[in-house]
Formats: sequence, structure tokens, C-alpha cells
Amino acid sequence: MLALRNLLRNRRRSLATLLALAIGAAALLLFGGYITDIRYAMLTGYVRSAGHLQVQHRDFFLYGSGNPTAYAIKNYEAIVKAIDETPELSRLVNVVSPTLHFGGIAGNYDAGVSRTVVGSGFVAPDVQRMRRWNEFEGTQRSPPFVLDGAGADAAIVGVGLARVLLLCEPLGIKNCPQPESRSPSNTAAALPADVAALAADLPSADGVGSGSATTGKARIELLAGHGRGSPNVAALSVLAAEDQGMKELDEITVVLQLRQAQQLVFGRAAARATAIMVQLHHTADMVAATRQLQALLDRVAPDELLTVVDFETLNPFYTQTVQLFNTIFGFIFALIGGIVLFTVTNTMNAAVVERTTEIGTLRAVGLRRRGIQALFVTEGLLLGAAGAVIGVSTALLVAFVVDQLHLTWLPPGSSERLPLNVRVWGETLMLLGTAFGLVAIAVASAWWPAYRASRLKIVDALRHI
Amino acid sequence: MQEPVAEISGVAKSYQMDEVEVPVLNGINLLIRPALFTVLLGPSGSGKTTLLNLLGCIDRPSQGTVTIAGRAVAEMSDDELSDFRAANIGFVFQSFNLIPVLSAYENIEYPLVLAGLTPERRASRVTKLLELVGLSDRARNLPGQLSGGQRQRVAIARALARKPKLVIADEPTANLDSQTGAAVLNLMRHMQRRYRISFVFASHDPSLIKAADDLIMMRDGVIHRIKRKEGVPEPDIEPNDAFDAFDA
Repeated sequence: MLALRNLLRNRRRSLATLLALAIGAAALLLFGGYITDIRYAMLTGYVRSAGHLQVQHRDFFLYGSGNPTAYAIKNYEAIVKAIDETPELSRLVNVVSPTLHFGGIAGNYDAGVSRTVVGSGFVAPDVQRMRRWNEFEGTQRSPPFVLDGAGADAAIVGVGLARVLLLCEPLGIKNCPQPESRSPSNTAAALPADVAALAADLPSADGVGSGSATTGKARIELLAGHGRGSPNVAALSVLAAEDQGMKELDEITVVLQLRQAQQLVFGRAAARATAIMVQLHHTADMVAATRQLQALLDRVAPDELLTVVDFETLNPFYTQTVQLFNTIFGFIFALIGGIVLFTVTNTMNAAVVERTTEIGTLRAVGLRRRGIQALFVTEGLLLGAAGAVIGVSTALLVAFVVDQLHLTWLPPGSSERLPLNVRVWGETLMLLGTAFGLVAIAVASAWWPAYRASRLKIVDALRHI
Repeated sequence: MQEPVAEISGVAKSYQMDEVEVPVLNGINLLIRPALFTVLLGPSGSGKTTLLNLLGCIDRPSQGTVTIAGRAVAEMSDDELSDFRAANIGFVFQSFNLIPVLSAYENIEYPLVLAGLTPERRASRVTKLLELVGLSDRARNLPGQLSGGQRQRVAIARALARKPKLVIADEPTANLDSQTGAAVLNLMRHMQRRYRISFVFASHDPSLIKAADDLIMMRDGVIHRIKRKEGVPEPDIEPNDAFDAFDA
């Protein structure tokens, strides 16, 4: 009570200190809320596209890009089935889906253009379900997966690849200028002879090729190294072009049905997958799921050198970004903490000087040194607590207003604007960490002036004018 | 002779001023008789405030022993000394030294809070003290809302809250006009006689000097002369006194 009244005695100074604390807390929380939202958005994007965990050949992540099929999983169907049938694991899992990544050459036979690409085969209904995952209840929405319910030869390409393969017009892509010189020689004659020959001789009975199944106006031919060394070609109907975020990726991406991809890569040989994507209900279950998956792999596929890789390992950019933001947050916390430290120390030092005679009086009437120290530390604690409460309230209010404004921002390397949200509400750890951190700094700031006050000689304090 | 409330034996006190040691008290021997008005008198720099500080246990001697209420205070730790002061010594200051954010009631209550009394006992005692100093109607007023005389009466009530054996009063009437000063002096005299409390003053106030039972004249850090009034009447302790309810 005495501490509170002392704070109210010099209202202007207490208010200035309180404002410094509150603004500091609010600034920290708003920045923290902003980067938390970015982290969740990134995590959601990665998990929607590739799951939390992937079962891969242990060397696929490091060496697989050179020859993906050499590191493919033979018994992937048995593993997927085993995951579904293991109750303690299936309880954690939202979607399990095999995928196949491979390298190849995509060409537009009609336009006479081609380029190397990376193909990815997916089970469309699984991808559609994965795209609906939204553990953190973000506002970002993934578009429906175009291949879901589409024909066996349907494909999606990156917008950049569509541009390179001169597919903008048939796909109706806006802002896609045509090259200035399109000479008549840029026709089938320009296609590599082997691709042209293969394309002309596509099998159609197995559904791979440019037969009647292709319904779209945009068509490409996709050549891939066969599992046994010889190339194979599929004619694909391109249904849509999707922005892949980065230009490098945008110009090489071809997405097709898994079955199509397997037939292209493995022909009539046994189908394989380069990875099994595992999307969990909750990100927090990753460690438990990894442990159980590893045990399952040892049981179901003991002869294959398989491992479980999490999305953070698969996407180093995510980890690097999170680390960068955490470092910036820590730096800002240190800066604001320093400001709070000096502000509260200054306030307390001034209070000690102003109340020196009072300190002498309290000591004379029997208050122990510890009592004097507790008095000033309590004042620091009250300032810190009030500042934290006001700061948290302000941050919650500002975050709410920002969310209601439905602002968007353009992330680096992306052409798609994302909702700008500030996640403060519900981030208990961040809220408590920031609030208690600032209170602790305020208390620590008050400690030294309090100690100094408690060590004053009573006679000197009483003589103070 | 009754047991002295304070005994000072061979006390010297000096202060360090930069490189120089300045002696303030030199070999003081003194007995403070109980339940009397003792006034320290002397010119500025004679050492009377320093002696008062030693008697109030808010300073320690460089040499010699100080015994208050039968206990030698030199060997006490700082915390022990704080507790000892709280239980045995009251202070009345020239500038009143009330805590400005506490009301008259709360200022008087504060030593009782330190003593760990229950709220009920505190309330009972503070109410009686306010009655004794005639400020029942000013209980909720802050010091800033009281006159000088009222403030000093609150300070006296605070000093008496724990029924101390000794009250140290440094120039208690110096900041008051003569009429108010006289009223405050009468109040202290009343308390001294009624409750056998020893008051030791440092003062230049002629009315206080006139009221002194023992007059100790100091000069240059030594006691120059002691004048003890003969035939001092015994304190008139009344039965069923409100103040005695403190001990309950």
C-alpha cells in the first residue's frame, strides 16, 4: 500500500516510466505477434505441401536430386498400409500419401520449345486434404488442387514454365508477354530429335500419352529417364499454371498424378515412391510420431535403408527464417529491456534522493534495512506489473485492429500477397514471457537503488534536506 | 535512586571529514533519570544532537558504551537495533517527519504494523492515541492537510504508539509558533507524567528549558554542567487509563 501511494505521489514521473514500460511491452508483443504469424504461415505452407514428416531413403535428401529413382522406396504401399493400421500412429496422422519426384525434360511440341524440369507425382485427393490442414487457424487459404478429380494425364506447371513453354495464351495467364521474335523455325523442327521421335510414338493403351484422355488446350510432352536407363515420354494436358513463389522453382515445376509419374519413370516395372508424406493433426506430435514411424519402418521394411525426415530438415529456409526472427526479437528485447532498466533505475534513484529523510524516519521508528529494500523493490515491481498489463492490453487491442483491417503483404520471393496478421491473443508463452521478462527487469532495476537506500546511515538520512 | 533509563559511559564520537577526523563528543558520562524531562542545551556544534542520536540508537559511538533500558546496544546487529528502537524508543523530530502519503491514523499505526499487532489491536490503540492528542476528527487527514501543531501531535502519538521507555525529541517546538509550541509541550509533559515516559530533548526553546527536570549543558563535545531539579513529583499514573489498554 505504501509503495503504491509513493508511486502515485509523483504521478508525472511514474506515468512516464509506466509509458516507457507499456510501449516497450506493446512494441515487443506486436513484433512478436507479427513474426509468429509469419512463422505459422510458413509452417502451414510447408506442411500443406509436403507434410510434417517424410519417409525417405536415408540418402535421398542429400543425393536424391541427381537420380531420384535410385533412392525410391520399394514397399511404400505396405508402409502406408501399416501406418493406417497402427492405432497409436494413425491417431496422430491426418494424411499419409506417397509421392514421386524425378527429373526430366518438358517440351511444347507445337511451339518447338523445351526445358529441363522437376516432376512431382501426387495422389490428388490426398493433396486436396493436406491443403485443408489449418492447425493454427490462419487466414491463408490454399487453392483447390486442380488435379483432384482430373484425368490421368492432367498436369499443373509453374507459371514460369508455362511462360517458357509458350503456354500463357492457352492457359489464360495474364501479364505474360510473348517473346518478340517467334520465327517459323521455332516449331517441331526445333524439338530435340529424340523427344520428337518419342512423342510421335507414344503408347496410349496404358493411359500415358496424348490420347483421348487429354482434354485441355495446353499440352506438353514430358520426358523422363526410365528406371532401367531408357527414356520414356508422357503427353500431358496442362490444366493450370500455379505460382511456385520463386522464379527458379516456377520455371521447372511440373505436377502430375502419382500413377502417371510412376508409369513415366518406372514403365511396367513395380511402382515406387521417392517419399511418403505424413501430415499430422498437431505439429507438437512430431517427436512422438517420428519415434513411432521409425519403429514401424524397422518392422515393415527392415531391408530398406529408410529414415524419417521432418519438415524443418527438408526446408532449411524455414529454420533459418525462424532463427533470424528469433535473433531480431532477442535483439529488440535487449534494447527495450535496456531502456526499461535505465528508466526504472532513474525513477527509483530520484525517489530515493527525494525520500531520503523519509527513509531515515522509517529506519528510526524500527523498519529494518530489508524493509526499506522491499519497499523500493515493490515499487519497481508495481511499475513493471502495471506497465506489462497496459502493454499487453495495448498490444492485444492494436493486434485486433490490424487483423480487422485485412491488410496484406508480399513475402520475399513470392508473387502472392499474404494476409497481414499479428498473433498476440493465444500466444500465452510469448505474452507471459514478455510480461514477466519486463517485470523482472523492472524489479532488477529497482534493486540497486533500493539497496542503496537501505544502506543509508540513519543520521545522514535524517539530516538530508 | 531509580534505575536510569539510559546510561552513557566514556562515550566519544568522531566523524571523518575527508582526510580529517573531527571529534564531536569527548568522554561523555551521563545517566538519564526515568520518567523525567531531560533537556540537552548548548550552542550549535556542542554535540547535543550527536548525543541525542546515540541515545536514540540511530548512531553508534566511536568509543564507550551506551546502555538503554538496561541493555548495552553496542553489540547489537543492525536488525536487532531496529527492533530495539521500535520497542523502546520513540522519536519526535523538529520537522515532524510524518510519512506524507499516510494519513494521521496510518502514521500512528505504522510502528504497530512493524510490531506485528493484529488490525483490531492496532485500531484500538490508534483510536485511543488520537483521542489523547485531540485529533480524532483528523484521523483520515494526510499530513499536508494538518497544521504544524497538529502534525507534531501526530508525531508525538506515533512516538508513543508502542509505549516506549524513552522518547527522543530534537527541537520539537522549533517549527511551531509559541502558542502551539506551548500546547505541544504540555501534551508531552502530560504523557511523561501520566505514563512514566522519559523524554530527552535537544532544544533552545526557553519554555522547554524552563520545563526541564534535568538540564544538561554541553560545550565543545563535553558535558559542561548538569542541573537536576530537586523534588520532582512522581508521575501520576491513573488507574483504568485508556493508554494502559495498550498492554492488553
